[in-house]
Amino acid sequence: MFLKQYISDVYQGVKSLLRGMRRTGYYFTHHKEIITQEYPDNRDTLVLAERFRGEVVMPHDENNEHACTGCTACELACPNATIKIVTRFDVTPEGKKKKAIDTFVYHLELCTMCNLCVEACPTSAIKMAPTFEHSVTDRSKLIKKLNRPGSKIREGVE
Amino acid sequence: MQQMIEELATTAQGDMVINVGPQHPSTHGVLHLLITLNGETIKNVEPHLGYIHRSIEKMCESLSYRQFIYVTSRMDYLSSHINNHGCALCVEKAMQIEVPARAQVIRVLMDELTRLASHQLWWGALAMDVGALTPFFHAFREREMINDIMEETCGARLTMNYMVPGGVMFDLHPNFQKQVKAFITHFKGRFAEYDELVTGNIIFQNRMKGVGYLSKEDALSYGCSGPVARASGVSCDIRKWYPYEVYPQVQFTEVMETEGDCFARYMVRMKEMAQSLSIIEQLIDHIPEGEFQAKTKAVLKLPKGEFYSRIETARGDFGVYIVSEGGTTPYRIKFRSPGFSNLSALNHMAKGQKIGDLVAIMGTLDLVIPDIDR
Repeated sequence: MFLKQYISDVYQGVKSLLRGMRRTGYYFTHHKEIITQEYPDNRDTLVLAERFRGEVVMPHDENNEHACTGCTACELACPNATIKIVTRFDVTPEGKKKKAIDTFVYHLELCTMCNLCVEACPTSAIKMAPTFEHSVTDRSKLIKKLNRPGSKIREGVE
Repeated sequence: MQQMIEELATTAQGDMVINVGPQHPSTHGVLHLLITLNGETIKNVEPHLGYIHRSIEKMCESLSYRQFIYVTSRMDYLSSHINNHGCALCVEKAMQIEVPARAQVIRVLMDELTRLASHQLWWGALAMDVGALTPFFHAFREREMINDIMEETCGARLTMNYMVPGGVMFDLHPNFQKQVKAFITHFKGRFAEYDELVTGNIIFQNRMKGVGYLSKEDALSYGCSGPVARASGVSCDIRKWYPYEVYPQVQFTEVMETEGDCFARYMVRMKEMAQSLSIIEQLIDHIPEGEFQAKTKAVLKLPKGEFYSRIETARGDFGVYIVSEGGTTPYRIKFRSPGFSNLSALNHMAKGQKIGDLVAIMGTLDLVIPDIDR
């Protein structure tokens, strides 16, 4: 009885191993099933999702205008103090003072891409960009100024 | 003094103390185990924690109720969605926010996808722990599909921060249903492969069966939850006992085993994957139309009081306890993480086992160290 059980166990064991080996052999002979991608050789064909959160950017239109009013809602929404907005007061032709952003400082090194600033923005002035290669040689290069030089707020955005 | 002499004497008799970790590949993170061995038999296992302590609970006290949710992704990073969900549930419970039906279904779908992804990674890592490298790549192949779905809808692959108090951050991507259906058909074919490669394998079964026994009473007294407790016959699925969102409407069974050994814990998770698939199948065609986020104020203020909510993550019972003083930030936050309680049973399970089996026991506990340490 013991011997019978022993032989049966050995037979079942070898069978289970062969079943696994068959699966391994299948992939060994089917190269089309391999799904690894050769990075960075695939940069031209790499498609990232449109919602992918890589960094915060401020879109500017062709007149070098943005939609940021400097309300600091994003600065308050950020959990890591990633955003610092420096505002100034412009004098309009009518002689009124108007708040505008001087610099929109974005610390990429502090950012966790949680998207809370984009959600908080009332004028959709900032958005997340699908970029992911952020490595630089110096940490200070990660502190970015998002508004372009000479840019101003778009007409009609309050 | 007498005790010290006795200890020295036993050590002189041939006990050996070895350190596993904090940078050991099989500990899945920075866990430090102090193991006392007698020959190859384990006499005592002492986990040393604190290597990845970030004081998340203290950090949360300085963040607002919208901001603190993203930090919890960094605890149990393999079920970050479910952690965020638990926090959002607690805030909603306190503020009595009604979550729209569409958001509820989206949340459950995302939770189950996360659970699948987590169990897939666990399956690959466990097989790698006990010496089979190939399953790891198989598991990551399927997990990659879920990550792509997450990337398309949530915008991130691991720490999504998709749950906000009152719903979800974005609506579903137009491709979502198509992608999930493609994943279901693909994964069903591969799931049989998982069994062929690992479950039926005689070497794997011999490594797992009868190893790391945890009785029902011990599982209860150590406060184990999730698949670890269910493998010992403790019925503890929060989705069944304290249902949230649309779980009462979907059909699924709470997977239970009674053996309490490593193989039982393995089988519970494998069957849970099938249950998650079935939940996704039931819901994917019945996502109601409507709002994906309830209208909430820009600044959330919880009423004065104490609030607790619990949720079933891939590892077990995750609890969020908020003490509010009526302000915009919590007075105190406590997280009850499943990994910590599950780890506390390790010493009991490993005593008397061989050192080679310790890796299998730890593998079936499904430890995520940032979840234990916070």
